[in-house]
Amino acid sequence: MRSSRGLSHVHAGSLHAPDETMAVRNARDLYTRRAEGVSIWVVPASAITASDPDARGAYFESPQGKEYRHATYYTESDAVPHL
Amino acid sequence: MTHTSNRTISDAVTAETIATAGLVAPEAVARYAVGLGDDALILAQRLGAWIAHAPELEEDVALGNIALDQLGHARSFLTYASSAWGKTEDDLAYFRDESEFCNRQLFEQPNGDFAQTIARQLVASVYFEGLYRALSHSTDATLAAIAAKAVKEVDYHVDHSVQWLLRLGLGTDVSHERMQRGLDAVWPFVAELFSPDPLSENLEGIAVDPGSLQADFDRFTQQAITDAGLTVPTAPAARGGGRAGVHTEFLGPLLAEMQVLARAHPEATW
Repeated sequence: MRSSRGLSHVHAGSLHAPDETMAVRNARDLYTRRAEGVSIWVVPASAITASDPDARGAYFESPQGKEYRHATYYTESDAVPHL
Repeated sequence: MTHTSNRTISDAVTAETIATAGLVAPEAVARYAVGLGDDALILAQRLGAWIAHAPELEEDVALGNIALDQLGHARSFLTYASSAWGKTEDDLAYFRDESEFCNRQLFEQPNGDFAQTIARQLVASVYFEGLYRALSHSTDATLAAIAAKAVKEVDYHVDHSVQWLLRLGLGTDVSHERMQRGLDAVWPFVAELFSPDPLSENLEGIAVDPGSLQADFDRFTQQAITDAGLTVPTAPAARGGGRAGVHTEFLGPLLAEMQVLARAHPEATW
């Protein structure tokens, strides 16, 4: 679902449908009831390749302790406003 | 039925904006608007019965959305009509008896199975689409505004019915047979939609001549039904008379259910 022009699509939810055409309509009925979007994409679940939930450590905990990946060690220069 | 927050997110015409605009509909226009409102109200009540019973959860919501759209059209028409007699939409919806309702008989027909509901909805939505498109050019500004808003919603209702018509018609042997049976069941009530409407007489430029809508309806439904591998029924027309308060045996029980709470507890709010 893309909420307005210029933004990215974000995941709105999952649904059942007999085919792609009906999936777009079902998504419209389920997720645009309060004028949430201007564009809908649907993707069959079988087309999604996902990360393994059991590999959470290797995938998502590795950055812990690597604060240097965040730009927190820089000191702000007085000469550069609005930073 | 009081709900005011719509106005904060949109300037589209609603029952509330009509009620607070201080309009008084001319008597003849009001009587015509009652017919339009009753058609939408009775079909909305019928469709609402599908909620929690549709073939899949997504379809519960889809049919519920359509029912709510139609209820919105009914509320706008009935609110406008009621202004002619110093009444409210609730007076008209809850405190009239069967013979005072002037909906066409198609809309009170039972849901049947899902295919029969789709058949009835196809006929209704294609009819409403043509009607509201024409009515949006009415010289009565309120009717025109209600219709202009409604036509966008009904465009989607047509699409919904056609998609299911295709899938049921071209699906399995069972779905094909049921879809054909559904069309056969509702077709006797098609002719009444395009027969002269006693409520629209003497409203030149304000009301839509129902007969003027038939050619487009026939062309569209014939194409859609043929595309779905089905046959346009040739059943003889039912006797009609809904606009004059003549109804089939199905309207009474529908009204009993729709009106019981409001009549048992007049002016209750919830």
